Amino acid sequence: MEVTTQEFKHCDLIKVTGRVDSSTAPAFSKALDKANENGHFKIAIDMSELEYMSSAGFRALLASQRNCKRYNRGELVLVAVPVRIREALELAGFTELFKTFDDPITAVGSF
Amino acid sequence: MTFPAQFEFLDEIREFVAQIAREGGFNEKEIYSLQLAADEAATNIIEHAYKGVSDADFDVACDMRGDTLVITMRDTGRPFNPSNIKRPNLTADLSERKIGGLGLYLMRKLMDEVHYVSSPITGNLLTMTKRRG
Repeated sequence: MEVTTQEFKHCDLIKVTGRVDSSTAPAFSKALDKANENGHFKIAIDMSELEYMSSAGFRALLASQRNCKRYNRGELVLVAVPVRIREALELAGFTELFKTFDDPITAVGSF
Repeated sequence: MTFPAQFEFLDEIREFVAQIAREGGFNEKEIYSLQLAADEAATNIIEHAYKGVSDADFDVACDMRGDTLVITMRDTGRPFNPSNIKRPNLTADLSERKIGGLGLYLMRKLMDEVHYVSSPITGNLLTMTKRRG
């Protein structure tokens, strides 16, 4: 798994690639927390090159979404969610908790 | 196959299951489901059964029986009773969403059958099955 953060004027674009499971989720969480610590609560997660995500990754997304939405200060949105991961998020009932976008430009532009 | 009870080995467990499922004729969507279910099951063993235990390991078996894949996992950690795990509320608001119990819920959704037996002598035995197609 690799996580890279790109800061735009109105939001952070965080790209996560590879596989997020219980082994790698802590590093993913850390990147999300770091954005929040920098006072950034508008976050788009680029999943276009994400191969796999277990419930450990879902938990990280949920925790971050809670933090971002507090005091109406922002939101975390998902971008280019691969079909398998989308199906798993649906099973977990997570899809309604996150807005999704097809590409990073639209997601960044939405903030 | 015996795996150390460490999250770093989840990758190998998923690969092990995928290889047998692929040979058994499962499609890519089914293989992803099998990998996710095996990952969630193994994660629960590492996180809960062996909580605080540093040098534990557990056995994973994966076999085709006809058109059905059977995954079993055996550990000797603390006894597991699935009826103690509350079903997650999938329609709760963001602020009320609980993050526990999701692994077991996903396993039950992804597999045809999920069955736990816990014995003080032989430990926990999990059996999960999924039929092809």
